[in-house]
Amino acid sequence: MDVLFALLQVATLALILALLYRPLGEYMARIYTSKNDLKIERVFYRLVGVDSSSEQTWQAYLRGVLWFSGVGLIFVYLLQRFQTVLPYSLGLPAVPEGLSFNTAASFVTNTNWQSYSPEVTVGYTVQIAGLAVQNFVSAAVGIAVAIALVRGFSRRRSGTIGNFWVDLTRGTLRLLLPISVIGAIILIAGGVIQNFNGFTEISTLTGGTQSLPGGPTASQEVIKHLGTNGGGFFNANSSHPFEDPTAWTSLMFSVLMLMIPFSLPRTFGRMVGDKRQGYAILSVMATFYIASVAILSALERVGAGTAPALAGGAMEGKEQRFGIFASTLFGTTSTLTSTGAVNSMHDSYTALGGMMPMLNMMLGEVAPGGVGSGLYGMLILAVIAVFVAGLLVGRTPEYLGKKIRPREIKLASLYILIMPTLVLVGTALSFAIPGIREDVVSTSIWNPGNHGLSEVLYAFTSAANNNGSAFAGLTANTPWLNTALGLAMLFGRFIPIVFVLALAGSLAAQDKVPATAGTLPTHRPLFVGLLIGVTVIVTALTFFPVLTLGPLAEGLL
Amino acid sequence: MSTTTAPSSPRKTPGQKTPEQKTPVKPRAAFSLATLAEALPGAFRKLDPRLMWRNPVMFIVEVGAVLTSAIAIAEPFLGGPESSGGSTIPGSFTWGIAVWLWLTVIFANLAESVAEGRGKAQADSLRKTRTSTNAHVVAAYDETGDPAATTAELGELSSADLGLGDVVVVTAGELVPGDGDIVWGIASIDESAITGESAPVIRESGGDRSAVTGGTRVLSDRIVVKITSKPGETFVDRMIGLVEGASRQKTPNEIALNVLLSSLSIIFVVVTLTINPIASFVSAAASVPVLIALLVCLIPTTIGALLSAIGIAGMDRLVQHNVLAMSGRAVEAAGDVTTLLLDKTGTITYGNRQASEFVRLAGVREQELVRAAAISSLSDPTPEGKSIVDLARAQGVDVGETAAGDIIPFTAQTRMSGLDQPDGTQIRKGAGSSVIAWIEKDGRAASSVLADLNDQVERISQSGGTPLVVAVKSPGEEGRILGVVHLKDVVKDGLRERFAELRAMGIRTVMITGDNPLTAKAIATEAGVDDFLAEATPEDKMALIKKEQEGGNLVAMTGDGTNDAPALAQADVGVAMNTGTSAAKEAGNMVDLDSDPTKLIDIVRIGKQLLITRGALTTFSIANDIAKYFAIIPAMFAGVFPGLMVLNIMQLHSPASAVLSAIIFNAIVIIVLIPLALRGVKYRPLNASRILGRNLLIYGLGGVIAPFIGIKLIDLVVSLIPGF
Repeated sequence: MDVLFALLQVATLALILALLYRPLGEYMARIYTSKNDLKIERVFYRLVGVDSSSEQTWQAYLRGVLWFSGVGLIFVYLLQRFQTVLPYSLGLPAVPEGLSFNTAASFVTNTNWQSYSPEVTVGYTVQIAGLAVQNFVSAAVGIAVAIALVRGFSRRRSGTIGNFWVDLTRGTLRLLLPISVIGAIILIAGGVIQNFNGFTEISTLTGGTQSLPGGPTASQEVIKHLGTNGGGFFNANSSHPFEDPTAWTSLMFSVLMLMIPFSLPRTFGRMVGDKRQGYAILSVMATFYIASVAILSALERVGAGTAPALAGGAMEGKEQRFGIFASTLFGTTSTLTSTGAVNSMHDSYTALGGMMPMLNMMLGEVAPGGVGSGLYGMLILAVIAVFVAGLLVGRTPEYLGKKIRPREIKLASLYILIMPTLVLVGTALSFAIPGIREDVVSTSIWNPGNHGLSEVLYAFTSAANNNGSAFAGLTANTPWLNTALGLAMLFGRFIPIVFVLALAGSLAAQDKVPATAGTLPTHRPLFVGLLIGVTVIVTALTFFPVLTLGPLAEGLL
Repeated sequence: MSTTTAPSSPRKTPGQKTPEQKTPVKPRAAFSLATLAEALPGAFRKLDPRLMWRNPVMFIVEVGAVLTSAIAIAEPFLGGPESSGGSTIPGSFTWGIAVWLWLTVIFANLAESVAEGRGKAQADSLRKTRTSTNAHVVAAYDETGDPAATTAELGELSSADLGLGDVVVVTAGELVPGDGDIVWGIASIDESAITGESAPVIRESGGDRSAVTGGTRVLSDRIVVKITSKPGETFVDRMIGLVEGASRQKTPNEIALNVLLSSLSIIFVVVTLTINPIASFVSAAASVPVLIALLVCLIPTTIGALLSAIGIAGMDRLVQHNVLAMSGRAVEAAGDVTTLLLDKTGTITYGNRQASEFVRLAGVREQELVRAAAISSLSDPTPEGKSIVDLARAQGVDVGETAAGDIIPFTAQTRMSGLDQPDGTQIRKGAGSSVIAWIEKDGRAASSVLADLNDQVERISQSGGTPLVVAVKSPGEEGRILGVVHLKDVVKDGLRERFAELRAMGIRTVMITGDNPLTAKAIATEAGVDDFLAEATPEDKMALIKKEQEGGNLVAMTGDGTNDAPALAQADVGVAMNTGTSAAKEAGNMVDLDSDPTKLIDIVRIGKQLLITRGALTTFSIANDIAKYFAIIPAMFAGVFPGLMVLNIMQLHSPASAVLSAIIFNAIVIIVLIPLALRGVKYRPLNASRILGRNLLIYGLGGVIAPFIGIKLIDLVVSLIPGF
């Protein structure tokens, strides 16, 4: 019964995404290639003093990204620190320094790691003016960077890769905002709350009292998923009935998370003038996605031990209302898209099942990945795959007519170095430095042994990949983890962006090599397979040793 | 090979003063025990960390080897090897790892030494030719009065002191003292010192075979040579520099690959360094030798070890094809070429037109036309003339052996040649308009004849041939046009197939010719080239190259004339013929010692093969990691977590033997692949998709599977060692 139900859900999801692929992809391509500005955009450009018709070099584009995100970081930090003087703070105190930094870093980097319980830490003003704004703009920054890289491929002998301020504005105003408004209305109809009621005291059936928080939830919920952010309004995140009231809103969240990352390949194909290239990238992403959902669901259905055997599956920590599959589908979607929202406790998955969300992130958030970041991550891997494959056919490797020379390989190599280094070094330092080790072991980790190791590993994986989901069972609101994870998020976001934009600049400056029979075709199944292999080998396999110490040692008895 | 080869045996060189020269680098067996033994000292010398540093991957291995050796030495004093990941480690384990790590490094160095050795052998034999000989310098050369310098006074001068413009006399048995042009005489010359080709070649004054190279040996006759290079800048000097320097320049793709390999190595260093801190939390820390073993297995040692050998061997392959690349960059560019410009003459056709039919005009007897054409060609030494006589004989017409009378040679002004027979009969053959003008000197030719002639000439031209009009004037008679000889450009055999191959590889061929468009088109169609450039001037050629490059194409061409020089310099791959002028040789980035323009196709193949070999071994190397993970990871931690033995899918005997087997496999695979690295992987001219599919299957899938089998087999042997 539930297998059929699961297949139906996947089929529905696939159908909706397939229907969206073309129109949404084409629409995004139009947004970022259009020469016209909306009236409201012109007003905005005039206010901040941007000439929307001027283009930027990659260095200028990068400065824009860093400057904008830097200001955002400081703004969100200060907003939390001065919460007490803000309106609608619900009487909540100022957020401590370490936590404020961590949260600011988390939302600016599109990670939305939450070391805190939102409903008892941040008031409405911080939620809306700080966090919700970042939910929009951090997503728009990600897409902008991806589009800049695509321009690198599509242009020839160009010194510029677009205008960051224009891309940022258009992404926010023409893409994220309209979908969010429509989505919020649908969600409200579906039962997601949207109010400014603060805390409501109610009496429970057993005679006790409970304080129920309210708030402008629906408006946050859409962008939380659409922008692959993941920061919930409530600590329980998407398993909270106020956030996710019904089975179909749960499926809708999956659609929201996947629609932009899965449609961007079309935008890419359109902008480079070869739609087949988009389909190839899409195929790689979809293969990982389908495999991951299937494996996790199978592992959780089989479960291990007496309780799962009796329940017909590993039910601990799952979305009890909608069954195992609603949890595994959401969990996979959320960890493969860098959203990091949860409607089930990944910590409570079976040992091997718990490895899947980790593996999903360890792929580097590329299948389909975060909005924008998924596409540029996958294109970097494609550059590496093309390099190896190009040598194999006896030509200086080229991708979409652009030669992959030492400079391009250098940038791509540096890109793939960053994430594993952050994850492994962060995890290792947590155990290596004596003082910190004590703190991590006694305060942060709740479970001993392999599972405790997995919790820390998961946290750094999530932060460095800007996912934001947590394995639960880890108290992350400590000075070390707040700082280390905050830095992991910032480095994990912006260092790769430096390399992506540098690559965009160097590709755009190149001429295009015409395709001949001797050119490696990058739209055929063979290349799709190769790209899958390269992704697995250069990212996931790197983590094989640590995964052995964590979930594998725990799960293989 | 297009060089004229004399049939006589080349080794009969009596009276040699210098010691017997070894025939240099004719392709040797890629790999033999003897070459290994020769290369061994070099392999040890390369252990110097200052040299190893240039190869980051192997440097890491060397550091690992040093560390492991130190631990192996210290262990007995510290109470034996510490346990690793909960498994006890046999006493000889660390020594085993240390020895095999050293072997890994030495094998890598050996690969490079063997490759270099082959270049060095060539450089050494070249250097021998440079040892100064005594030159017989003509004191005051009189070009017109005494071109053979038989009476002039000869002085002795060391070849090292020869200057530009000096004239020397070289006789049989002597070495040519320097690069130059023959100004008088003809000689057979042994160029094996440079080309490796033992059959002697003929060089003679005048024409395009007049160049001689210093260090080659005159086998017969006597020649007068004018020196054209300064001492120290001769062709041989440059060759030595190239052959020896080959290992030092890295090509762009090699640099890019090195970057990727280094970055993968760094990731794996991070992976290895972070294991113990993390593992300590679950009390599963591994010992240092095991960690080093893991690291060495994961970093791409196979390709790291063979990378420079592949590059050197690639250059060497070119040298064996008698092509000298001025830089490795040019070799790589050859693999990327998308447009080949081929000169028609000599490349696509045999370079001389041959008579294919006699076409008589109305009212003329066939016999008369054939006879007239043939006897007027009897003393014509050109291949065209010879082919007319041959064709006439083949048709059973008796033309005799020699013709009596005055021979009228071809000149550019008259555009005719012919024969004035003793009886006053004049025969002329040549371009249609010239012959008609000759006839009409004595009165108008009949318009019906002219129309008939025009038809024939037109037909032959359309088919790509050259019409040669034959006419005769007998004394007392009016001149008559007899007919036309159809001279045909003969396309070389097998070219169509090669061009089709090139097309499949994505390379467009463009034929360059001075012919008119009509002729050019016919030959282009017959040869199967993709495009042609007719009535081409050097400027046209240059413009074509620029246009192709504008469109992003990489252009390769050959050339030998001075007016080819700008185009050679502009082309991405410019191959100058060795017989060509020095300006052409300077401008190109490769020189073909055989002066064979079709070799361009081989050069492209070698360029591609070089890249494919690198790609294949990279893929193989990285694919190997999967099996190595499955060998080492379970072994590392199974002592603490016995459940991990599920991952020991190879069923390796014990943790210690698993780790050692992986390391041994890692080292042995380098030795096994050295021949492949030197020889290059097989290249078939297919389209990119099929090549990729094939190579992924062999080196990708093969790279995944091979180590599973190899490590298992080695483990079966290692498990016999007591304690493992």
